[in-house]
Amino acid sequence: MASDELFVSGHRGCAGCGMAVAVRMVLQEAGPNTVVANATGCLEVMTTAYPETAWKIPWIHAAFENAAAVASGVDVAFKKLGKRKGVNILAFAGDGGTFDIGFQALSGMLERGHNITYVVFDNEAYMNTGIQRCSSTPAYASTTTSPAGKVIPGKQGRKKPIANIVAAHDIAYTATATIAFPRDLRNKVKKALAADGPSFIHIFSPCPTGWRYPSEMTVELSRMAVETGIFVPWELEGGDMSNIKVTCKPKEKRKPVEEYFKLQGRFRHLLKHPDIIAQIQKDVDEKCARFEIE
Amino acid sequence: MGEKQVVKGNFATAVAAKLARVDVVPAYPITPSTLFPEQISQYVANGEMDAELLLTESEHSAMSAAIGASAAGARVATATASQGLKLMSEMLFIASAMRLPIVAAIGNRALSAPINIWADHSDTMAERDSGWIQFYAETNQNALDLMLMAFRVAEDHRVLLPAMVGLDAFVLTHTMEGVDVPFQEEVDDFLPSYKPKFTLDVNNPMTFGSFGTPAHYPEFKYQQWDAMWKATEVIDEVFADFEKRFGRKYEKVSEYMTDDADIIFLTMGATSGTARAAVRRLREKGIKVGTAKITVFRPFPFEHIKRLASKAKVLAVLDRAVSQGYGGPVFADVSGALANEKERPLLLNFIIGLGGRDITFADFDYIAEESQKALEAGDAGWPVHWVNLKTEILGGGE
Repeated sequence: MASDELFVSGHRGCAGCGMAVAVRMVLQEAGPNTVVANATGCLEVMTTAYPETAWKIPWIHAAFENAAAVASGVDVAFKKLGKRKGVNILAFAGDGGTFDIGFQALSGMLERGHNITYVVFDNEAYMNTGIQRCSSTPAYASTTTSPAGKVIPGKQGRKKPIANIVAAHDIAYTATATIAFPRDLRNKVKKALAADGPSFIHIFSPCPTGWRYPSEMTVELSRMAVETGIFVPWELEGGDMSNIKVTCKPKEKRKPVEEYFKLQGRFRHLLKHPDIIAQIQKDVDEKCARFEIE
Repeated sequence: MGEKQVVKGNFATAVAAKLARVDVVPAYPITPSTLFPEQISQYVANGEMDAELLLTESEHSAMSAAIGASAAGARVATATASQGLKLMSEMLFIASAMRLPIVAAIGNRALSAPINIWADHSDTMAERDSGWIQFYAETNQNALDLMLMAFRVAEDHRVLLPAMVGLDAFVLTHTMEGVDVPFQEEVDDFLPSYKPKFTLDVNNPMTFGSFGTPAHYPEFKYQQWDAMWKATEVIDEVFADFEKRFGRKYEKVSEYMTDDADIIFLTMGATSGTARAAVRRLREKGIKVGTAKITVFRPFPFEHIKRLASKAKVLAVLDRAVSQGYGGPVFADVSGALANEKERPLLLNFIIGLGGRDITFADFDYIAEESQKALEAGDAGWPVHWVNLKTEILGGGE
C-alpha cells in the first residue's frame, strides 16, 4: 500500500469488505484536500474506535441520518471562513443512511445546491446492525427481518432506484459504479469532484458477511452483478434521464441472474422457486432493454 | 450605552446574533421562533450581516448543519421551539458531546398533543439532560443580553459546550418591549471572534465524532460533566464583565423581598415579573412572601437554591411544565438540591400556565393560600398542585 494512502490499513473492516476497497479508491482520487462527513454505519464503526482512526483527512461523524446536512454545514462554514477554495467536501453513507433514514437530508442538500459529492456505499441491507432489510435490499433477498420463510420467500418489494431519484433533483452529476471496474469508478469520482454543484455516486458494495459468500469473491460478485445486468454502471450530467450513459456493459451476452444468485446465501432459497427467478429475470431484462443492454 | 429600541423578543435574539457576528445560521421556521430566521434573512439580504444562511429541510438537519459548521470553526446560532426542538433532540446531545459551542434561541412553547403554539417550558425542560447550558429570559432585554453572554460562556475553552436561551412564546417572542441594543463596537470588545480549540482542517486532519467503546466512553462523559461545572464559574465571570460594560446585572438566581419572607415563589421566565407584582400585592395584605427567579437552570445553581431555601418556611416552586408521573421538573431538581440540607423549607409544587394559559394574580393568591395552609399544618401533604384547572370540563371519567 502506497504511503500517501488517505484511508489506511489496520481498521476493523471484515475481510472482503467491498466498501473498504471503494473508500480507498475514492480518497485516492480526492486527495488530501478533502473533508469527509460520514454517517453512522459500518464505515464509521470500523474506522474510528477511539483513540484510533483510519482517516488521514479531516473527518466528522455526527449521526445516522444526517451526513448530507453535516456536510452542508461544513460547506457553508468553510465558505464564510475563506477556507473553501481547493477543498473537496464529501459525504459518505451506507444504503440505510441514504435510501431510508438519511433520504430527506440528502434531498435537502441536493436542492440547496451545495458543491458536495455524496457517495453511498450500498451493501443492500442494514449490515452494521446485523443484516436487516432496507429499501435498498433487492426483492426476495433473505435478511434477518425479511427471512426466507415457509410462506414468505424473503424481502417483499423492489429495490428503491436511488440514483434515478437523486438525478431527478437535476443535479450536476450522478453516477453508479462498482469496484469491479476501477478505472470507471475513478473516472466517475473525478467527474463528480469537478462538477459545479451537487454530485452523487452510488457504489455497489458487496458484503461477504451479509450476503453470505466467500470473502475472496467480492470483486467477482461485483463483476457478476454487471454481467447479469442486475447492477448497471452509468453516469448522467444534469436531470434529463434520456442522457444517461451506460459506462460498463456485459462483455458478452448477459448471464442469467441465477448464476449471480447461486453464489450468495441470501438468495439460495430462490433456487427452489424457479417462478420467482423467472420473474426477476423478466424485471432485469426490461431494465436492460431501457438501457439498451442486450 | 447602546440605543433604545422597542422590539419583539425574537428580534432581540436576532439582533444579538448580528451583533455577535455569527458566521453561520442554519435554521428551519417554527412558531413562535420564525422571526429569528426571517430577521437574519433580511439582514443578509440587505448586506447588513455577513453570515451564511442555511435554510434546511428540517430542524434535525438545521442542528446537524450547525454541528458541521461549528466543527469547521464557525460561530453558529439558530432558533427553534417545541416540536422543532424535539426533532433536534438527537443532535442536541451530539452537539454537546462533541463540545461545539452552538447558541440557540428557544421560543418556549408547549408540546403536542394537543397541538398548541403558546408558552410553556415543556420543550426545553425535556432537553435539560442534553448537555446544553440553559438560560431563561424574563424580558426581551434579557433575551438579547443572555444570547450575547451565551456565546462568551459557550466558547470559553474551559467550557466548550452549546447554550440555549429560552424566551416564553408570544409573551416575549412576539411582545414589544423597550430594549437597550448595544453598539457594535461594545459587543466586539465584549465578545471577540470565536477561536476554536480544534477544527476540521485539511492542514491538520483530525477525526471528529469517533466511536467510543466502554474503554473510553465514561471519560468522555466525565469531561463533559467537568466542563459543565466549569461553566458555573465562567458564567459568574461573564455576568460580572457584562455588568461592568453594560450596566445590567445578571444572577443565576435573582431574589426579590426574600429576606424576611415566610413563603418564597420560585419562578422561571416571563412569569417572574408577574410574581414580583403579586408579591407586592400580597405584602399589602400582610402576607410575608418573596420571590426568586432562575436565570441559569443548567448548570443547576445548587448554592443559590440552598441559600434561597434557607430563608423560607415554604418554597413554592412554579413549573410551566410537567413530568408526567412525577411533578414539575424545576421542583424535582430543587428538591434534589435540598435533599442533604439539615433544615429545609416545606416544598410545594405548582403546575401552572401550561399551553399558554394566563398566569394571574388570582393564581398567586391561590399559591399563597396553599402555602399558608401547609405552613400552618407544618406539613406539605401531597406537594403537587395544578393551578387554575377547569375541573368542570374534565368530564366524569367514564
